[in-house]
Amino acid sequence: MLDWLKKPATETQITHGQRLWLYVLAVIIMFLLLAPTLIVVPMSFSDSQYLEFPPQTWSLRWYENYFTSPDWMLATWTSLKTAFLTMLVATPIGVLAAYGLHASNVRFVKVAYTLLITPMMVPLVLVAIGVFYVYVQVDLLYTITGLVMAHTILALPLVVIVVSSGLKSYDMSQENAARSLGAPRWKAFLTITLPQIRFAVVTAALLSFLTSFDEVVVAMFISGGENPTLTRNMFNALRDQIDPTIASISTIMICVTTFMMVLAQMFGQKKNK
Amino acid sequence: MSMVRENETGLRVDGQLERLKLFGLSSPALLMILFVLVLPVGWLFYVSFIGGDGQFSLENYERMLKRRSYARIFSTTFEVSVLTTGLCILIGYPLAYFLAQLPARLANLCMIAVLLPFWTSLLVRTYAWLVLLQKKGLVNDWAIALGLWDEPIKMVHNMTGTLIGMVHIMLPFLILPVYGSMKAIDQNFVKAASNLGASPTKAFWHVFFPLTLPGLFAGTLMVFILCLGFFVTPAVLGGGKVIMVSMKIVSNIELFVSWGAASALGVVLLILTFAILLVASRFLKMDQIAGGGH
Repeated sequence: MLDWLKKPATETQITHGQRLWLYVLAVIIMFLLLAPTLIVVPMSFSDSQYLEFPPQTWSLRWYENYFTSPDWMLATWTSLKTAFLTMLVATPIGVLAAYGLHASNVRFVKVAYTLLITPMMVPLVLVAIGVFYVYVQVDLLYTITGLVMAHTILALPLVVIVVSSGLKSYDMSQENAARSLGAPRWKAFLTITLPQIRFAVVTAALLSFLTSFDEVVVAMFISGGENPTLTRNMFNALRDQIDPTIASISTIMICVTTFMMVLAQMFGQKKNK
Repeated sequence: MSMVRENETGLRVDGQLERLKLFGLSSPALLMILFVLVLPVGWLFYVSFIGGDGQFSLENYERMLKRRSYARIFSTTFEVSVLTTGLCILIGYPLAYFLAQLPARLANLCMIAVLLPFWTSLLVRTYAWLVLLQKKGLVNDWAIALGLWDEPIKMVHNMTGTLIGMVHIMLPFLILPVYGSMKAIDQNFVKAASNLGASPTKAFWHVFFPLTLPGLFAGTLMVFILCLGFFVTPAVLGGGKVIMVSMKIVSNIELFVSWGAASALGVVLLILTFAILLVASRFLKMDQIAGGGH
């Protein structure tokens, strides 16, 4: 251990010992990044109203509360449905757009690309109230269709960015070779290009699912009635009081996210091999 | 000769048509954005210029200039954004530096600490802080047990809570681009500097740090812009004491059903955001900002 402290840490010959402060600081920061989210998990199994840690008595009552509540179940269904449909809509149109812009180099490609990633830059509140108003006019308020459309434009920038960067590291001449051998463009794309950028596409799909599943502000305005989202109901519950049921829902949401991340990692790992 | 020329023009026209067709592939996505983003925001823009009597007027903007409460909301928004961004740089840069120097396997493991919160629902993380920071919460309990302070401190439903929550949520947006730019640095530069006699500190500040500036700039910009329009965390952790522009927009609609006032605020927020982006894009490419500086 003491030897290690005296060893050089980088090319500049600074020793590990001299940089101990950095390691301590980094560990503290990583702890502070992870702990707050993870601590909710054991708390959700507490029997108490007051969310103690560590819990004095364990129970599943908050989970029972959640799974037996028709309101929470309805909201969960809405969220899952919306997220799944958003993934199904945003991924193909995003991939098409990224591919189209990558392959074509007409003058307005840059403008189109910028427009496609603007939803990331516009303050969400603005999107929310604007969409709310338009949906009232065209009768899309409180509908799954409306929700999916709004979440799709929020997911599009991510899909376009991820797939575009996937296409950048792909050699287009492979597709051209297929085409010069007589394959029509769509066939060359489906059989040659798409399999090679599949990791980017899968990542993009998972990201669009999560974008929709986690989205709060827009859902607050345009979901409700028969189709309230989970996040909308959670937000409303948070404003009123600290309900331990939310701890159990949070735990479930952390599990969903972690599962998605592991999936994405597994695809990413294969790519490296 | 003329046939060759005809073929040439024909090929060029074909090529142009082909490229237009390819461009057309982006039309579903573009139409969607037109309908769900450009149209609604354009409408808000229009409404912001309509007065209470239904005629064109600037009253919504005049009100913003006249009332002290609006000035306070804008200054709070800037205060929160600047403080959050500053804290993110102070905390995020050292961590990114630490991660960038680790061996790949260990770095991937430690990266979970950045990525897991990044993809965990915003609401879940905000809720977690609400639970931890409340008067009977864990932080107060432990701090009192350790003798750090005697009485429970109010750390939530105020500025402190808002900042803690915001920094926690924004950190990954800063760390990821900075980490990316650090990984892209050729270590030989630093090696060369120390070979030429630079002390580690000097090699860091004169060689390494300047090379990370594009990433740092991209991250800072992203965090600042996200902060300006942030709603959920200040609304929950601020407890009504920290009122930012986005919250005022929501309350204008929810409580007062005043579309004119809300739209005008929204337009100002949007113009502010785009102005910052426009200035920044003179120094950075747009996709560098969005793609995290890689």
